[in-house]
Amino acid sequence: MRWMWIDRVVELVPREKLVAIKHVSLAEEHLHDHFPARGSRPAMPIMPACLIVEGMAQSSGILVGHAEDFREKVVLAKVSKAELDREAVPGDTLRYTATIQQMTDLGASTRGMVELISPTAAGPAQPVQIGQIDLMFSHLDQNMGGASFPEHNFVFSEGFHTLLRTSGVEMPA
Amino acid sequence: MDRNEVFEKVRDVLVDALAVDEDEVTPEATITGDLGAESIDILDISFKLEQEFDFKIGQGELFPEGVMQDPEYVQEGKVTDKGIATLRENLPHFNFDKLEEDRRVEAVGQIFTVEALVNFCEHKLQTA
Repeated sequence: MRWMWIDRVVELVPREKLVAIKHVSLAEEHLHDHFPARGSRPAMPIMPACLIVEGMAQSSGILVGHAEDFREKVVLAKVSKAELDREAVPGDTLRYTATIQQMTDLGASTRGMVELISPTAAGPAQPVQIGQIDLMFSHLDQNMGGASFPEHNFVFSEGFHTLLRTSGVEMPA
Repeated sequence: MDRNEVFEKVRDVLVDALAVDEDEVTPEATITGDLGAESIDILDISFKLEQEFDFKIGQGELFPEGVMQDPEYVQEGKVTDKGIATLRENLPHFNFDKLEEDRRVEAVGQIFTVEALVNFCEHKLQTA
């Protein structure tokens, strides 16, 4: 479960849309290195943008994988666009909404909206859009030009299964 | 839609998909060579063309699959007569002169130019 960058899938409309959330916590080790105090500058724990891209890739990838009952090895092939205009800090919740734009046997393109939910004394604030991350996924076995990969689907590993189960998403038998 | 409009739309798609400058997208520029497209970019371009022109591109329609892996079509790293004939049949809007001169598999990208893509889109629009 070490490389899961979403905490829960909160909505799944098959072949259409997936919404997932990620809580940013000061207990996460990488926040202590991104960025540590240096000289007179105090520490600045900020969720790394590359891991926000990874979170969106996992959200979108599950949506694309789910469309074919996780039979395809869905790999991130291209970051078409990644724009983030606000930082996420400990205590914030990131909300990823992934939608499928186009999909064929070979792969899929997705659009992703990143929202930030900051806590306030009165409870969580309304989500605010802070960016967009559009991606392309390849169905690996369909794009190997004759080469082949093991039958076992190494993309959707145990971590994904656990996440989907704890999110109440039904997995294919 | 006239040819110039088709070219402009194709150019916008390539600029968006490949992060190249507008002036790099000349009719002679090759998609995989000059503009640096990789295999996933071809799928991206195909998706974007479908959206831009509102037509459907079938699998292998933009570039036939498996031809370059087939020993009947490629021998000793060179495209055979049969290979060229098959490519011609599948890609009637491409110019094969350069491939006729240089049969190396690596040279196949030479036929996949911006102009070929414009021809392809024009044909699709006419037959849609």
